[in-house]
Amino acid sequence: MTHGTAAVAKVDSPRSPYARRKTTRGNYELYSWVFMRASGVVLLVLIFGHLFVNLMVGEGVHAIDFGFVAGKWASPMWQVWDLLMLWLAMIHGTNGVRTIINDYATRDVTRGVLKGLLYLAFAVVVVLGTLVIFTFDACPPGSPAELLPSFCTA
Amino acid sequence: MWSWVAHRVTGVLIFFFLLVHVLDTALVRVSPEAYNAAIGTYQTPIMGLGEAGLVAAIVFHAFNGIRILLVDFWAQGPRYQKVMLWVVVGLFVVTMAGFLPRHLVNVFTGGH
Ligand code: HEM
Ligand code: HEM
Repeated sequence: MTHGTAAVAKVDSPRSPYARRKTTRGNYELYSWVFMRASGVVLLVLIFGHLFVNLMVGEGVHAIDFGFVAGKWASPMWQVWDLLMLWLAMIHGTNGVRTIINDYATRDVTRGVLKGLLYLAFAVVVVLGTLVIFTFDACPPGSPAELLPSFCTA
Repeated sequence: MWSWVAHRVTGVLIFFFLLVHVLDTALVRVSPEAYNAAIGTYQTPIMGLGEAGLVAAIVFHAFNGIRILLVDFWAQGPRYQKVMLWVVVGLFVVTMAGFLPRHLVNVFTGGH
């Protein structure tokens, strides 16, 4: 062993070893990225099914009226379907629009106001839509029977 | 690049439709008359064309969304992203060819 190499061996590595920076803001953006992809796949099935049943079957859009909705929501399957579609589409859409606001609204105030409006719209629509599904009354008293589904009089 | 712009535009469009759509559906809690009156406006020819546009937006956004997924998660995805864009366009044309004639016949000749 020569004097020289011993000296070299003592020299510290010039750079500090790689250490992952501890993230201080959490993994929110990562989760949102994953969520956009996972919810997209589920939404594809839910929305295509929704559009097919409401626009393609029978008379399509002309078949829709109060009785049509009552008939669908009499089945727990469609209640769950619509509930999932409501929540997933609203979270996916709100998250997507949030990204777009972040991209284009450069002034802090503008961005804050737009996001405030966005979250307000989200809350109102999700709460209202959920209440509508669960408090729906297929046979409201006092309504003309011809507007109601046939099972109301049966 | 243009597919990214189209994905954005269609996403925002669907989002705003959904806000209005949940409000109009909420009219089932007001009265059958109120709901039928609102949904009646969906059955006019002009709205019928709007619905066709909305469906086109969703079909593109959905298929292109799956393409984004494949680019991100499939090892060969980035290599085939261009080919897959043409697959998206092809699937879009096929789906709309199945949807449009039937919907337009409903809109223009259907009725109560
Ligand atoms: C022009 C096309 C459309 C028509 C004619 C239509 C029609 C309807 C009808 C009749 C209902 C009542 C319940 C039911 O049928 O399940 C409904 C509910 C619903 N639709 Fe659609 N729809 C359309 C497009 C869409 C799209 C594109 C979305 C998603 C982005 C959507 C999301 C929903 C949701 C979440 C509900 C439940 C609302 C609630 O909770 O009150 N619809 N739609
Ligand atoms: C039909 C099934 C759907 C699929 C497969 C799908 C797929 C996707 C994917 C994978 C992204 C992520 C893009 C990225 O991070 O680069 C995305 C973004 C987005 N989606 Fe959807 N989506 C669907 C339905 C919807 C619906 C119903 C809405 C509206 C309520 C919507 C609104 C948006 C918006 C606003 C963005 C952000 C666009 C951007 O940042 O450029 N999507 N979608």
